[in-house]
Amino acid sequence: MFKNKKFNIKEFLSENAVPVVFLTLSIIFVYYSGTQPAIIMNDVVARFARNAFFVLSLLFPVLAGMGLNFGIVVGAMAAQIGIYTALALELSGLPAVLLATVVCIPFALLFGFLSGWLNNKTKGQEMLTSMFVGYFAHGVYMLLFLFIIGGIIPINVYELVLPSGVGARSSLDLTQIKGALDSIVKVDLFTFVFILAALSAVITVANTIKNKKLDVTKTVLTVALVVVGVAGNTLPALSMFKRVVKVPVVTYALIGILCAFISMFFKTKLGQDMRAVGMNMEIAEVSGINVNKTRITANMISVVLSAFGQIMFLQNLGTLSTYTAHQNVGMFAGAALLIGGASVTKATVPQALLGTFLFHLLFNVSPLAGQNIFGSALIGEYFRVFIVYGVIALAIVLHAAKKASGKK
Amino acid sequence: MENLKPVLEMVDVKKSYFGNQVLKGVSLKVMPGEIHALCGENGAGKSTLMNILFGMPVIHSTGGFEGEIRMNGEVIDIKTPRDAMKYGIGMVHQEFMLIPGFTIEENVKLNREPLKESILGKFLGEPMKNLNRDEIRKDTQAALDQLGMDMVPADKVAGLPVGYMQFVEIAREIDKRGVKLLVFDEPTAVLTEGEAERLLAAMRALADQGIAILFITHRLDEVMAATQHITIIRDGAFVKYLNTADTNVTEISALMVGREVEVIERAKHHEASNEIVMEIENLEVNMPGEMVKGVNLKVEKGEILGIGGLAGQGKIGIANGIMGLYSATGKVTFEGKEVALNNPKAAINAQIAFVSEDRRGVGLLLDESIAFNIAVPAMQNQGKFLKKYGPISLMDQAAITENANKYIEELDIRCTGPNQNVRRLSGGNQQKVCIAKALTSEPKIIFVSEPTRGIDIGAKRLVLDTLVKLNEEEGMTVVITSSELAELKSVCDRIAIVTEGKVVGVLPASESDAKFGLLMSGITEGMEG
Amino acid sequence: MEKAKKLIQDYGVSRFIVTCFAILLLVVAFLQGQDMNILFSDIINRFGMYAFFSLAMVPSIISGTLLNFGITLGILAGVLAGLISLELGMTGLTGIGFALALAIPFGVIVGFAYGLLLNKVKGSEMVVATYVGYAAVYIMCIGWMVLPFKNPAMVWAIGGEGLRTTITLDGYYDAILSGMWNFQIGGVTIQGGMIAIIALACFIVYLFTRSKMGIAMRAAGANPIYASAVGVNVNKQRIIGTILSTVLGALGIIIYAQAFGFYQLYTAPMNMSMYPVAAVLIGGATTRKIKISHVLLGTVLYQTIITVAVPVASILVPDGGLGDVVRIIVSNGIILYALAQAGGNK
Repeated sequence: MFKNKKFNIKEFLSENAVPVVFLTLSIIFVYYSGTQPAIIMNDVVARFARNAFFVLSLLFPVLAGMGLNFGIVVGAMAAQIGIYTALALELSGLPAVLLATVVCIPFALLFGFLSGWLNNKTKGQEMLTSMFVGYFAHGVYMLLFLFIIGGIIPINVYELVLPSGVGARSSLDLTQIKGALDSIVKVDLFTFVFILAALSAVITVANTIKNKKLDVTKTVLTVALVVVGVAGNTLPALSMFKRVVKVPVVTYALIGILCAFISMFFKTKLGQDMRAVGMNMEIAEVSGINVNKTRITANMISVVLSAFGQIMFLQNLGTLSTYTAHQNVGMFAGAALLIGGASVTKATVPQALLGTFLFHLLFNVSPLAGQNIFGSALIGEYFRVFIVYGVIALAIVLHAAKKASGKK
Repeated sequence: MENLKPVLEMVDVKKSYFGNQVLKGVSLKVMPGEIHALCGENGAGKSTLMNILFGMPVIHSTGGFEGEIRMNGEVIDIKTPRDAMKYGIGMVHQEFMLIPGFTIEENVKLNREPLKESILGKFLGEPMKNLNRDEIRKDTQAALDQLGMDMVPADKVAGLPVGYMQFVEIAREIDKRGVKLLVFDEPTAVLTEGEAERLLAAMRALADQGIAILFITHRLDEVMAATQHITIIRDGAFVKYLNTADTNVTEISALMVGREVEVIERAKHHEASNEIVMEIENLEVNMPGEMVKGVNLKVEKGEILGIGGLAGQGKIGIANGIMGLYSATGKVTFEGKEVALNNPKAAINAQIAFVSEDRRGVGLLLDESIAFNIAVPAMQNQGKFLKKYGPISLMDQAAITENANKYIEELDIRCTGPNQNVRRLSGGNQQKVCIAKALTSEPKIIFVSEPTRGIDIGAKRLVLDTLVKLNEEEGMTVVITSSELAELKSVCDRIAIVTEGKVVGVLPASESDAKFGLLMSGITEGMEG
Repeated sequence: MEKAKKLIQDYGVSRFIVTCFAILLLVVAFLQGQDMNILFSDIINRFGMYAFFSLAMVPSIISGTLLNFGITLGILAGVLAGLISLELGMTGLTGIGFALALAIPFGVIVGFAYGLLLNKVKGSEMVVATYVGYAAVYIMCIGWMVLPFKNPAMVWAIGGEGLRTTITLDGYYDAILSGMWNFQIGGVTIQGGMIAIIALACFIVYLFTRSKMGIAMRAAGANPIYASAVGVNVNKQRIIGTILSTVLGALGIIIYAQAFGFYQLYTAPMNMSMYPVAAVLIGGATTRKIKISHVLLGTVLYQTIITVAVPVASILVPDGGLGDVVRIIVSNGIILYALAQAGGNK
């Protein structure tokens, strides 16, 4: 029934137009930024590690039909509550991170439940709702951190509260937990490539035994990784990369585990229900799936994951801007997912990963490229934010236009 | 056969909605392995009967029903659709309940997926168990094989031809374990002839495997071709149980539509004339569910013309097409001038008025006042109800209220006053507002679609009387589209019957029910309109 | 009791709560011994600054494009017109007259294009409007940097690039309208000129809603199928509604700027649309229905809360911006409430 698909460049480009455009743009910008690629790479590796969770967390609401859930900022807020608690208990290092994680989970579940419930009240407008959920929650968050902390809940750690004793300081030093995850094991880029190659080899062998047939793609991938690793360790042209780029292995392992979890999740009954709800709520309902509950579950998972994401983000960054750190989390993650080639209704793990990479590459190089192309770094900065909103606006317009024309 | 117990028996089923009795004692008996037809006009009570059989919430939230349902001789209690499923009753819907983005197998097994253990499931329980893809495929393949369909379970539904989607629906029903009775509700309405034949073959194959089939259809030739027995209901009452072998199409159609009709007294009947006021040539209208596929019709000046036919055959589409509400092609000439199609303004400016079948959706602004509703079309198209103040003209509230008061009195619209919102009016009064709205533009011809749908008996009479009065006193040409043949026969001069998107005949209203019934079933041999 | 309940319901529960809150704030302010004259003068001033934006919601809601979160586009058009008036060195009434006059064609052009877009995305207007607005703000950020303005009062002095973040109207048309025909009643400054202008604008919008076109727009917004069945071109009405809303936004920012004393560029217009949206919702409008009275009452209530909350809160809790927090919670809460209400009607 199926014809053998031939690789068609035109088709490939039109199906992956968005990532291709952004890849091209990134390459141009990298060139004009005049920075050593290895230095850029090191920064992007770090940015990728601290942002991947947010982008991946968006897969759940997207597949459950709620679009880009800008409300994941409430997850980030939950994480900040967790971190603040850890600081207040004067913990540091890995225990602090673990405690923050434990503390943030109930908050994230609660916030996820509430915003999911609101999403169910406003079906069809979820993206707008989730955005305002973020703004509204920001107000409540400020109330908590500005007045309740120190005001009602006593905090005894001097560095955490404003001189008056009421309200959290707007910038908190996280030196004691900086790198709690990242610094456990750090390797250079090509060692990391070897680790990946080893992993890939194990999977290939397992697959081959299981299916009694050689898994060709995975074999090629393994070999390619080995080649890259060897080249990196031997070619002088790449020595800069080997010296400069450091990969936080534990953080990447966590991202890997999340990716595995997501792909396993969508093979389960609940995952299938979520997809069904995302594609057509009415039919799912008629078939006996509890649509509202499924949507709330998706939202809660997403918020919890974004809370984890914010903890990973903060332990990497080393400072917490108490009142602003969460604000753009949803927006940036949404834009990254779209840049990876996803749409408002369809997204995959590879798209999320690719999008995170491209987005942060562009984010890194924009100011310097702006400086060198337009003579102003500020233009580059405005441009990259424009990209964020522009790509979201475009995706929403395309989706809405499709929805509107389908109704007629 | 006779000594077998019937799979399904519904005995003397009665049902009222808010004091309005829609089922007046219907009985139905379906034997195992037979295909049984349930025939009746629109509104005869078929869907209510099926809603009862499936335990739909609409039945139980309105006080339940009287009578008994038995399966294999045992009295059963069906309170929810889940109960119906448990007893082995399946339904193939008219609209597809399929998710296009899913594969055939995913649709067949939707929310009934066989599961298997998984890593996540071990920790997190049932919802996190993996789908058992192998079993899903195996079951789906088996169901498709049972239907004799050569389809690939892993194909996406989105790309399938419409006819195939129907089979996916059926596959899903027969995959439900222990299905004993399958209801097919108008399954061939959307199918091509070839597809319909294949469907009938599949139905026969299922019946041969012992599954009883209840077949609801308007296509009497299919009834004759596929069924063993027929139950006919009319106006909510049981009419007759027939052996298909002992009857014919004419008898069935006469039984379906035949009823006593109270003819509304008319002072004078329109004399057949040759003065054609409107000519419709080769009109095609793309109205989903009511496609018009080349209608030719002449409307005589000063007559009341009825357009009848079964639901979904396209009669509703004619007026909607002429009025520009759905895209149309063809030629419509009114008083010698061609009326531009696809342009509501052109039709309104030609002094053609329309009272839509969809009062609340198309006819009214529910949150605006009666007076406002009546005035808007005349204001927008004829510049009525505007007062000039120098260069600007504003709406003339006084004139609008006065006009509304006039119609409230003339049409006896029951309301608290012209400023009441129309949302709170009863169906009959809303309909009168729609008529007033149409009349305010002083039309020369008025199209009225389903004028009495969803209106109680007393108001029905008033609405029809109003139309007759308009015709007699103002000499207005009236075209009424209605699914109720009796209603058309009571007020019209001539009635055109639309079947499969075409006018299959125009008969005087006094013609016998059997002739109309035959036309409606699409059988036109030996008859010229 | 029953009667009171009914009265509250007729008035609207959310509107009732907000009104009570506003009154409570005023009472607390009085008890704290705040200078009520200054507070009331402030409320009137801020009412004048924001009324046009709120009024801009009327055509968009009536024509069925719902709450116009994209008023940002009108604001950008208005700022551009205003900057041109400054660049040309125009001052006084001529200056603001020129700016307002220029804002109209700018608003029409932007509104037309924006209307075309909204017609393509029926059912998702609000979220599209929000993000298109955000994107436009950043495009214009680049615009403010590269547009060839030369007036030294507007561009950064040596070393800077592009236009200043805030551009003072001092010496141009600072407070030209909000300082016109002012008079005092018991110490409260009443801005006669501003109130007259707003009254005039409201009256014009009111007349429009009663004109033939206004009626057509109302029909198109309330029930597009009804409207096209009676010969109204729904898409055209939606575009006109969007244009009017955008133009009102463009005029609004110039009036705002003269009262405020500055044009604010770059990211300042980002969330300007939230103010009028929250205000009209507080006033009793819904995503589908609005009256001039909703605009006026809503703007007064909303600005009262914002104006009074800050000094009241600063006495209650000396540090930190409790007033601002209250504003954020109230305005976003009311928007969420309205969205949930609109969703519940489906």
